[in-house]
Amino acid sequence: MSMHLPALQVIIPLLLAAVIFLFNNARIAYIVSVAASWLCLAIAIQLLLLVNDGSVIEYAFGGWEPPWGIAYNVDQLNAFVLVIVSGIAAIMFPFSWRSIQAEIPASLHVLFYTALLLCLAGLLGMTITGDAFNFFVLLEISSLATYTLISLGKDRRSLSAAFQYLIMGTIGGTFILLGVGLLYTLTGTLNMADLAERIGPLQASRTLQAAFAFLVVGIGLKLAMFPLHLWLPGAYATAPSVVSAFLAATATKVAVYALLRFMFGVFGADFAYGEMHVELMLVSLALVSVLFASLIALLQRGVKRMLAYSSLAQIGYMLLGIGLANVSGLTATLLHLFNHALMKGVLFLALAMVFYRTGGSSMRHMSGLGRQMPWTMAAFVVGGLSLIGVPLTVGFISKWYLILASIERGWWPVTAVILVASLIAVMYIWRVVEVAYFKERPADLPTVSEAPLSLLLPTWTLVAANIYFGINASVTTGIAQNVAQTLLGGVQ
Amino acid sequence: MQLDGFMLPPGLILILGAFILPQVEGRVRHALLLALPLLTLLMVWLIPHGSHLTLGLMEYELEPLRSSAEGRLFATVFAVAAFAGGWYALNKATLLELSAAFFYAGSAIGVTFAGDLITLFIYWELMALGSTLVLWANGKQNPRAYPASMRYLLVHLCGGVVLMAGIAGHVYATGSIAFSSMTMTDGLAKWLILAGFLVNVGAPPLSAWIADAYPEASPSGMVFLSAFTTKTAVFVLIVGFPGTEILIYIGLYMVFYGIVYGLLENNLRRLMAYSIVSQVGFMVTAVGIGTELALNGAAAHAFAHIIYKALLLMSAGSVLLMTGKRHCTDLGGLFKHMPITAIAGITGALAISAFPFTSGFVTKSLETAAAYQFAATASDPMLLVWVWFLLTAASAGSFLYVGLKFPWFVFFNKDAGLRPTDPAPHMQYAMWFFAFLCIALGVFPEALYAILPYQNDLLAQPKSYQQYTASHLLSQFQLLLFAGLAFFALLPLLKQTLTISLDVDWIYRRLFKVLGQEFTFKVGDLGGKTEAKIHGRIKRLIAHMHGPSGPRIHWPSGFMVLWVAVLLVGALGLYYLR
Repeated sequence: MSMHLPALQVIIPLLLAAVIFLFNNARIAYIVSVAASWLCLAIAIQLLLLVNDGSVIEYAFGGWEPPWGIAYNVDQLNAFVLVIVSGIAAIMFPFSWRSIQAEIPASLHVLFYTALLLCLAGLLGMTITGDAFNFFVLLEISSLATYTLISLGKDRRSLSAAFQYLIMGTIGGTFILLGVGLLYTLTGTLNMADLAERIGPLQASRTLQAAFAFLVVGIGLKLAMFPLHLWLPGAYATAPSVVSAFLAATATKVAVYALLRFMFGVFGADFAYGEMHVELMLVSLALVSVLFASLIALLQRGVKRMLAYSSLAQIGYMLLGIGLANVSGLTATLLHLFNHALMKGVLFLALAMVFYRTGGSSMRHMSGLGRQMPWTMAAFVVGGLSLIGVPLTVGFISKWYLILASIERGWWPVTAVILVASLIAVMYIWRVVEVAYFKERPADLPTVSEAPLSLLLPTWTLVAANIYFGINASVTTGIAQNVAQTLLGGVQ
Repeated sequence: MQLDGFMLPPGLILILGAFILPQVEGRVRHALLLALPLLTLLMVWLIPHGSHLTLGLMEYELEPLRSSAEGRLFATVFAVAAFAGGWYALNKATLLELSAAFFYAGSAIGVTFAGDLITLFIYWELMALGSTLVLWANGKQNPRAYPASMRYLLVHLCGGVVLMAGIAGHVYATGSIAFSSMTMTDGLAKWLILAGFLVNVGAPPLSAWIADAYPEASPSGMVFLSAFTTKTAVFVLIVGFPGTEILIYIGLYMVFYGIVYGLLENNLRRLMAYSIVSQVGFMVTAVGIGTELALNGAAAHAFAHIIYKALLLMSAGSVLLMTGKRHCTDLGGLFKHMPITAIAGITGALAISAFPFTSGFVTKSLETAAAYQFAATASDPMLLVWVWFLLTAASAGSFLYVGLKFPWFVFFNKDAGLRPTDPAPHMQYAMWFFAFLCIALGVFPEALYAILPYQNDLLAQPKSYQQYTASHLLSQFQLLLFAGLAFFALLPLLKQTLTISLDVDWIYRRLFKVLGQEFTFKVGDLGGKTEAKIHGRIKRLIAHMHGPSGPRIHWPSGFMVLWVAVLLVGALGLYYLR
């Protein structure tokens, strides 16, 4: 059994998605989904433990050896991402039941869970696969499921947001497919390990350079790299609350992982940095995105939209870490994959609870909530502190490594930008705290009570994780540093 | 995590208290306002010297509970200031201001117990947040407090950014986060940390934030503000940068900056703000001199200064509260109507002028003595003689612009026809309490000297710490007498008019605005209407694109695709040309 774990990781949610669709019963769909997410987490943790010594698990699908068959490769890097994705799923799926009662018509609940499981299967598959074409297929599975999920939002604008994301996502997917196609014409293989070997002598090839450009831009679109980010705020702001939470915590992370995998696992660090100087593009775009998105976040009245823009800034941090091209920088990026999932998860879940009780999540809906929903708002505050990067929360850990990396590089202006953006984060989080704690509740809004325990429990699990991994960061930093060293092994 | 015995970081008592205050009302709140600072004070003294708590963070060990002699001295006076400030504010201040002030005081105490730079930075930023809130809380009474608080926050957050960059650089270079003297280290990081500290101390070129922001706070708010920020900065300078020569010049600049602007100022509480800069300048100079006597002097002066400056501000605040007037020119002859406020103001004024038998006399003397003594041993004796001379002159100057100007124009001078009464009893009690401390410290300086950081110096040169010698008293009275003569001789010149003194803050308050107006859409003489139209259009465009709502929340898809094309073509083109 244990040798089939890599396959089960993807097969379980994929098959169960079909099963719950056939049963067509919302409650069964919910229970099965939660069970699937927990199983996935258990498998992911098991996989991480297996590869934590630096080994690599190779799994050939159906016994077809690569390069003919599809291979799944598990190493420390993607096992880490698998844990992030399935861990977030394991927390948010239980949360979803109550939350969607308030936001999605009952007739669509089965569809919701089907799409959610498909999305999870796609994200896990993108992470685990060792085959470039299979990556594209799973990307499309997760993307299509995502479009469906976003369009389920109560906000009517969610339809147009989903449609726009569909257009943009498809363009991104096409670019990725083009990149993979170019690689295939050049090397005759789709297996990533094979690709890496055969690319070696072809460094000067124009086709290879074009493939690189297509892949970086395509993945850049999926991870909402500035200026390809325009689809994201609308999508996150209008999707059902729990979908926003799940996507914000997982989807962009997997895209960042894909960038890392192609850059280091296929093209190689020497090619990406030495030949293509991708760091120049990444750093400049990341800096703009960090500053710009933070400033725009300040202008928002809808808190969900504000958090969406803040996500863009956080993605900027991750790209910055890659662009700094040293071990500390890459460590920061990998840590931030994990840490940002925790902090944004808390913030979006807190908002989902606000929505559940008040029917909205604008600044106005949140005014005066500090007294009426103390636990919800306390969770929001902790998430906010983590986002700002206050010590003893996870946000500080990744930001610290990022700052160290920029100093190591001697790029003081980058340090300054990181710190200034943190200041702006203080301001936009403060705006919410101010209305929630220091404003009276508007007379026309109903008095509300604290969110139910079934919502609070998952949220506070994440809150605890935010603090636990902020104080005891040795596990995550250990893995991140290991992976960063392995990835950068070739350079220096 | 490791904690010896049961000890709470004393700062946390006030910080947690800040969150409890809104939950309770009436008498319980009053009781907490008075009890929490006292509990803090008790905790400050119960914790023996040394580091008692370690928290692992990444590969570092935080020490949020390190008690030292310097730290305990400052924590003591901070707790006392929070106590008296809370007493003064009891009924008058808004709830937000009280909570913020406790949060602020707690963070300041947290800094004094910080054993490492990361803890220090956390409390540093919390302090900036708390103090901004204290200011901001006055916005309902005084609308100018809102923009002032934002400018204040901006300056401090910028200072915080510089500090954080310095700390990260320092840790990267040395591998240690310990907060200790940095005089031996070198490199950019050290100077960045110093710059971060100096922003809070009110050093040039950013001295203006003090006089810009503090006077917009409520009467009680300014009492709180005057006590903590600049003095924690003095504390970190004492620990981190003793004997750094540049501090002598910075300090002297601040001393005279405060005096000159103070003499020109008409607004009472702005005058007080300038005098804070001037007084803190004394302390900074002493830190720059860096001998044990000088550091003792800086610490003692900070201790005394917090008390007499708070007293002066309570007095000035009471005048503002009861008369609604803030300018010297509008006031006068209030002694008869507000005798207690007047006595408090005069006591504070005497103390700040280093009048014998007040706390200012026994603390400022240490600094001037240190400058004089250091002159004998320094490599450049003339320099220190100059420093001594300037400090002594400035001491007389303080008498002129605060010691005489404030009481004269407010409580004596020509009767301005105002008929206020003394403020509420609890405010009077708070003033009595601090007036008592001013005198008590002046008469019994031994109590203060006993808690100074460098006790060895007290044993080594007891003479420097004996203030009440005939010659010292004589020279000080001479100094004060002549300063007093000068004041009354120059009175016609000092007659206040409504003026505005330009300062550096003009650059960030006005210049940018003026430049902005100059270089934005002034398309010839289109006339106001067209201009308004263009402005409206641009505003709508921004709202349309990034705003929270607007007719269409999304960007057009074509626009997004355009960007994809731009990026792809850009990347391909670059790679092709290479």
